[in-house]
Amino acid sequence: MSTVLLNTKEIYKLLEDVKDPEIDTVSILDLGMVENVTVSGQDVLVKMLPTFLGCPALSIIQKNVETAIKQHPAVKNVSVEFLRSPSWTSDRITEKGKAGLKLFGISPPPRQMKKDGSWHVDCPYCESTYVTMENIFGPTACRSILYCKSCKNPFEAMKPMIKMI
Amino acid sequence: MGNDSLKDIAIKELLLHLADDDFIHSYRGAEWLGLAPHIEEDVASSSIAQDTMGHAAIYYKLLEEIGVGNADQLAHDRPAKERRNAIILEVVNGPGYYMKDPEYDWAFAVVRNYFYTQAKAIKLQSLHTSSYEPLAEVAQKVQMELYYHLMHWKMWFVQLLGSGHEEAVSRMKAAIEKTLQDFAGVFSLGQYGEEMVELGLIEGEADLQKKWIEAVSPIFESVGLATTFEIRMAKGDGRNGKHTEDLEKALETLSEVYASDKAASW
Repeated sequence: MSTVLLNTKEIYKLLEDVKDPEIDTVSILDLGMVENVTVSGQDVLVKMLPTFLGCPALSIIQKNVETAIKQHPAVKNVSVEFLRSPSWTSDRITEKGKAGLKLFGISPPPRQMKKDGSWHVDCPYCESTYVTMENIFGPTACRSILYCKSCKNPFEAMKPMIKMI
Repeated sequence: MGNDSLKDIAIKELLLHLADDDFIHSYRGAEWLGLAPHIEEDVASSSIAQDTMGHAAIYYKLLEEIGVGNADQLAHDRPAKERRNAIILEVVNGPGYYMKDPEYDWAFAVVRNYFYTQAKAIKLQSLHTSSYEPLAEVAQKVQMELYYHLMHWKMWFVQLLGSGHEEAVSRMKAAIEKTLQDFAGVFSLGQYGEEMVELGLIEGEADLQKKWIEAVSPIFESVGLATTFEIRMAKGDGRNGKHTEDLEKALETLSEVYASDKAASW
């Protein structure tokens, strides 16, 4: 009888299919939510970082991660742990993740804020820089609402989350 | 053993202060849902309330990890006398009930939210270097989210006071007076405060309050308010279990569903 051996590479491959429950063009890997995957025998431990502490999608994401990994025939147990540290920051989003956000009509977070805390993104549809901030707070904790004066579309942007110290 | 147990108590008490403050603050914020002055504000303030409930949840989780109790139970199933929140945070938003004739006071909401968020920012800054590592880690994460809350409430505070509109200015001034009457309760560290400071868990009350005054003073000045004021604790110290009927009613409402079936999984 042959044993199917597990390696972390295969697990990462499966995690590519776990998307943000509300943004199906971006995987949790591309959002930078997966800090670490460890395999020991037939058990898999996934250590993740919460984007926002009050995000109600976290438990859905946890369940989806478990379901995805259990598809592997050699996996017996999966545990998902949300870490307290390090803090998730928006610069963890990969280039692929940024492209996926744009495809969904969400501007990726800017790399930096100005001294007064303001920040700027371009329109994800027409690339115009002629946009206004309508509301820093949006439909979910991680998003803001903006408006493009060029193509006259409302759009959203991922809030920058940057370490304060 | 003696020292150890006092340390355990001090950690537990501090976590309860932080958790219970954010919990009731978030609840009062959530009561504004659908009632905020305009739709953009409805989105913003409910988003802030949701973040804040996430902060309460992580502190209750830390309490669960040290064996104080189940996080849901700690949030929903503790009577008022066991709560540690500052009294100013439990005060109702205004007369009425959110489902019927709510005459909520937006000026009071803005002042309380700004003052509390600024105080929370100063505490988090102090908790960065807390000797209790789990708390220091959580503080950094909460602080990143709080950045946006503080910016938001500061904007409202400055705009309403700087509006030159007579009603706005007089209502804001009345709200400031009302809030300051009991705002010392937010800085109170309760009966184990000295131990908390000695153990390096957090800075002392006087230091926290001093830093808060330093933070709000330039904002006060910018809208022509005097920067000498008295911060009191007129209704008593919530850290030691003293509370008002406002908290009892709030707990009754918010735990109604939980109490209907405590074993249910939501």
